[in-house]
Amino acid sequence: MLEVTDLTHSYGRGSAAHMAIDGISLKAAQGELVSIVGPSGCGKSTVLRCIAGLQRPARGTITVNGVAVHGTVPDRLAVVFQDYSRSLYPWLSVRDNVALPLLHTEPRRAARREAAQRALAAVGLKDAAHRYPWQLSGGMQQRVAIARAIACDPVLLLMDEPFGSVDAQTREDLEDLVLRLRRDREITILLVTHDIDESVYVGDRVLVLTGAPGRVRADLAVHLPEPRDQIATKELPEFVHLRTETGRLIRGQQASAAH
Amino acid sequence: MRRIAAMTARWVVLAAGALVWEAWANWRQSPFFPPPSAILAQMYHLWFSGPASHLWLTSAAIGNVLPSLARIGAGLAIAIVVGASFGIAIGRSAVLSDYLDPLLHFGRSLPAVALVTVFIVLFKLGNEMEIAFIAFGAVWPILVNTIDGAKTVDPLQAETARVFRLSVGQRLTRLIMPAALPKFFAGLRLSVSLSLILMVIAELTGSTDGIGYQMNSASQSFNLPVLWAGIVLLGILGYFLNAVVLGVEHYVLAWHRGARRLMN
Repeated sequence: MLEVTDLTHSYGRGSAAHMAIDGISLKAAQGELVSIVGPSGCGKSTVLRCIAGLQRPARGTITVNGVAVHGTVPDRLAVVFQDYSRSLYPWLSVRDNVALPLLHTEPRRAARREAAQRALAAVGLKDAAHRYPWQLSGGMQQRVAIARAIACDPVLLLMDEPFGSVDAQTREDLEDLVLRLRRDREITILLVTHDIDESVYVGDRVLVLTGAPGRVRADLAVHLPEPRDQIATKELPEFVHLRTETGRLIRGQQASAAH
Repeated sequence: MRRIAAMTARWVVLAAGALVWEAWANWRQSPFFPPPSAILAQMYHLWFSGPASHLWLTSAAIGNVLPSLARIGAGLAIAIVVGASFGIAIGRSAVLSDYLDPLLHFGRSLPAVALVTVFIVLFKLGNEMEIAFIAFGAVWPILVNTIDGAKTVDPLQAETARVFRLSVGQRLTRLIMPAALPKFFAGLRLSVSLSLILMVIAELTGSTDGIGYQMNSASQSFNLPVLWAGIVLLGILGYFLNAVVLGVEHYVLAWHRGARRLMN
């Protein structure tokens, strides 16, 4: 579904150039949720920006459902940005923010609003449609950003540290929301995070990157029973094992088990 | 209740000032400074003692106040259309703003008053010249502020528009224009006060009607109550024009106030 080969990118030129990512390759199957973790500055966001077509990589190819991405935003892709409060438009109501991605496919306003309303209902914000983003709490704003992302019925969803700045309880709720949406809609999701527990809890696979320049250190398969549960799943020995493993890989130590 | 008290306090100061002036003018009996009561009586006589069928406006009001207001309206309308559209175009184009930057700073530093003669030569005396003059003088604050507003669109909001594949037109109406709106209004407020000054200057130099014209002929015939009536009327007009702009801004930029209040 998604295939990234030998993705390389550096910022700046000459001696001041900073190589952000170096030869990253990854694949994601339809409906798969791949977590990307790594130490800060490992180019996690750069990978997402290249896939989203916001940045032209210096080298490497990206294909989404067989179509190459090269500095153009692929069809049926949606992004949830890290800084959700700034990515929502404060002059639009919650409903109009969610309807924004539908503008280029759906010419009828009433149909756009209906679809936005459905997306809001899916994230549990049915009643907030007429409010403004800045009237909502951080967690609710991030739900709006998620509703906006699923409103256009994407096949590929990129999430850049989506829950970095909400409190722990809200974070768990949002993680479960993402898992539910993925299950209901068969969306392929790439989720960048710096939280090891989160990467294992939501992921079907965890991709561990090295520090700058980012390279793929490990690609761990997560075999945890579905549906996942914030308490029960995190008690499982497999979960504990995987999170320890991931943590060790991020810190650059050798993997304890053979992978 | 507190708001009512604050509002009364404001008017109390104004009323007290008028009373002091009244007492002082009655004591000095200066022909140059008539008491407020005489000015008000003059204003009433001059403009508001007309027949009910004309909304109590006299022919002098219809002949002088309305043309002045129409000129301000037309001049401001041109300034808004030109300032906002060029402002967005220049603000969104790095090439345009690089080339035009010196010209813009030159243009907005020119005191419009100094150009009155140029406008008379270009347009001949009359409405066109006056409207063009007001438009030229009032366009700069709107233009410069709109450029600034259009330039400073949040990069993340711009990327959001790209990711969700908004067309050029959709980006314009849903992202760039709203984002530039707070700055546009900051410019508009300046332009509105400027337009009143420009209107008076235009009418003083070469007009056959208007508030400025009436004041000019009154001062030439030493009819000081009429001159003072004009001054007070201009003050009232300025107050109301500003109130109208603030009212519109309050409504249109409700989101901006709300978002800012929460950020602080």
